Amino acid sequence: MEASPDYAVQMHGILKTFGSFTALDRVDLDVRKQTVHAILGENGAGKTTLMNILYGLYQADEGEIFMSGNKVSITSPTEAIKHGIGMVHQHFMLVENFTVTENIILGDEVCGAAGVLDMAKARKEVMALVNEYGFDVDPDAKIEDITVGMQQRVEILKALYRGAEVLILDEPTAVLTPQEIEKLIEIMHDLIAKGKTIIIITHKLKEIMQSADECSIIRRGVYMGTVDVKNTSETELASKMVGRNVNLTVEKTPATPGDVVLSVRGLTVKDERGIEQVRNLSLDVHAGEIVGIAGIDGNGQQELVDAITNLVKAESGTITINGEQIQNTTPRNTFLHSIATIPSDRHRWGLVLPFAVSENTVLERHADEEFGAGLTLDYDKLRAYTTKLIEQFDIRPSGCEDERMSGLSGGNQQKAIIARMVSAAPNMLIAFQPTRGLDVGAIEFVHKTLIAERDRGAAILLISFELDEVMDVSDTIAVIYHGQITGTFAQGTVDENQLGLLMAGGEAK
Amino acid sequence: MFDNLILLIGITLMYSTPLVFGALGGVISERSGVTNIGIEGMMVIGAISAASASYFTGNPWIGFLAAGICGALVALLHAVASVTFAADQTVSGVAINMLAPGLALFACRLFFDGAAMSPIATKLPKILGETGLAGTPFANLNVNVTTVLALLFTVIMWFVLYKTKWGLRIRAVGEHPAAADTLGIDVYRVRYACVLLSGMLAGFGGAAMTIAIISQFTQTAISGHGFIAMAAVIFGKWTPFGAYGACLLFGFTQALVIMLGGGNFVVPSQILSMLPYAMTIVVLILFVGRSVAPKADGVPYIKGSR
Repeated sequence: MEASPDYAVQMHGILKTFGSFTALDRVDLDVRKQTVHAILGENGAGKTTLMNILYGLYQADEGEIFMSGNKVSITSPTEAIKHGIGMVHQHFMLVENFTVTENIILGDEVCGAAGVLDMAKARKEVMALVNEYGFDVDPDAKIEDITVGMQQRVEILKALYRGAEVLILDEPTAVLTPQEIEKLIEIMHDLIAKGKTIIIITHKLKEIMQSADECSIIRRGVYMGTVDVKNTSETELASKMVGRNVNLTVEKTPATPGDVVLSVRGLTVKDERGIEQVRNLSLDVHAGEIVGIAGIDGNGQQELVDAITNLVKAESGTITINGEQIQNTTPRNTFLHSIATIPSDRHRWGLVLPFAVSENTVLERHADEEFGAGLTLDYDKLRAYTTKLIEQFDIRPSGCEDERMSGLSGGNQQKAIIARMVSAAPNMLIAFQPTRGLDVGAIEFVHKTLIAERDRGAAILLISFELDEVMDVSDTIAVIYHGQITGTFAQGTVDENQLGLLMAGGEAK
Repeated sequence: MFDNLILLIGITLMYSTPLVFGALGGVISERSGVTNIGIEGMMVIGAISAASASYFTGNPWIGFLAAGICGALVALLHAVASVTFAADQTVSGVAINMLAPGLALFACRLFFDGAAMSPIATKLPKILGETGLAGTPFANLNVNVTTVLALLFTVIMWFVLYKTKWGLRIRAVGEHPAAADTLGIDVYRVRYACVLLSGMLAGFGGAAMTIAIISQFTQTAISGHGFIAMAAVIFGKWTPFGAYGACLLFGFTQALVIMLGGGNFVVPSQILSMLPYAMTIVVLILFVGRSVAPKADGVPYIKGSR
């Protein structure tokens, strides 16, 4: 396509390599002025890399960038800002103990003589912006005290303060409640009406359908084309993104719950700063049932899982598994009570990345007689066992027993963890963010495995920040807010809005 | 009693002064996200530089400036290692602490015909001159000019950190360097400036010992003052005035040692001498982990990684 003034941003033939890895293979992107343009791709497809090039954080090896038909060269964020480009990163770039105003003016301060800050004037300028766009933000509040949705609006204000005409939003809905997502979409449309152009990076199909005008798809660094969102469907987008047909709906039969396996009563857990993160929480999980916990990150999910797995101490309350109390013992004790855990951060808790795949598959069980005698490990048996798991769970590349775990892709690392946990046929499986950072295909696999485990008779506790996942997979949905369960529903008896309200601390209607 | 009180205040101010300079150095460096364990070493270099320059030129102010410059030069090593090469900041600081005393002694032997201590150098003046207040009960309040400078620097640093755009940027770089980077702030430049300033202040601290309190360089002139200053940074919650107050407390324990050691006190002086160090350990035990360090303190910033 020719460079034209009708387009806010055009990136043509962008090539970017990291060593021998080609992240972007001559990708094109044409963004019409005053539209919301989505960039869709799986994790690692290169969409964030493309945007980092536009924002000047990376330099392309080849290719040209045009803005309003004029060729530009962007070698640093400072220059991107000068060209009217603003970026809201997935992990917010906000200084937590600064106020909203301080964060907004940082790097472009309002000063009197000799660099002395004029905070009164700065505050006035910020207020003018807040009023112009109708954002609900207190300029004097500290970032650590405001909600994630507000933090995101501060990020948008930061860009607008610098005169941004083109806004890049990187996975903007990942941390928001359904209500906040709605509000964000409203804000996006309002910005468009005021003459701005928005590029949104996402792998969430539903939000593209709701908010975008056009959608460009990138698969493994290759540009797959641009579609008009009005004339497409979620299924079509998904298959374009993955390159094969995917089943977006989770198929399962109704649950047949058995006896209570996990019973939590009056659990209170403090974090390392001494603040109560889980407050007098009670919860039951039955055999053959998936209990999903919906909630926004930071409402006590981590502490709940850590207490059950005995990584932290419970202040009070009991955790009972098949009638035996296990609170305040050891992680080993949790494991010996047949509780398997898929941790939220596979690199931090699930795997030892520099170890071989075969060593990783027996992390909990290396001392079992099956894998050695006395002081030594029997590597042949270990390898044979791993080979079995690799075949059974389709971990790729096949024959990776002696490869380092760090060499596997995220999806295959997650498969390795699931294989290790499931192969022990646990009575109870805790899945904490089991699909975090996985692509559509791998997510399908994880969900199928969870349901298969349920059908085998395991009790499953699914904790996820993805509301859709909780709603699709769980038989029983519980909402966690401020360390308490604020509502429990059978699947199908509650909708997204009700859950969203509870997740934000409101009352269900 | 009244005389003793005045004496106690005078000695407290005197001994806290080198600590204040060192602690201010620690504050500015750590606020920008670079841990500076090397304060001790930089103070040692400042101590020898001040004594030598003052001795050879006869002008103690040149000695004071030389201490700042040489402290900053040593800090440059730390900055290159920990900012440019993203090396472990603790290791780099420890290296400086091991290097500095040897370098100082070497320089001393080179300058002064193999002697392990410098000759008596010209001292910086006291605020009211050598005889100010002499004969009055307040004689001990005629403190060194460095004591006033230390307070002045504390005020200036507070103003810069909290009231100017430079301070806003320094604090942002120490808390969330990636955020600062995306707003066009040069993280490396800010950190270099702060580490160099840190070395300069630590150098002044060394000078405040060898050309204000005592009047020559000895191998024990700086013995743990840099570490006590680092404890003061933590105790003072990484703020200029907090660190200043903490230094006064440590200076006070030093004064107690002197006051009690001089009288017919039952505790042996060797045990008393441990007081400032024991106090440091107690304060660290009580406050490490409780006061909150700048978030990115000690974490090298590598562009493009998050």
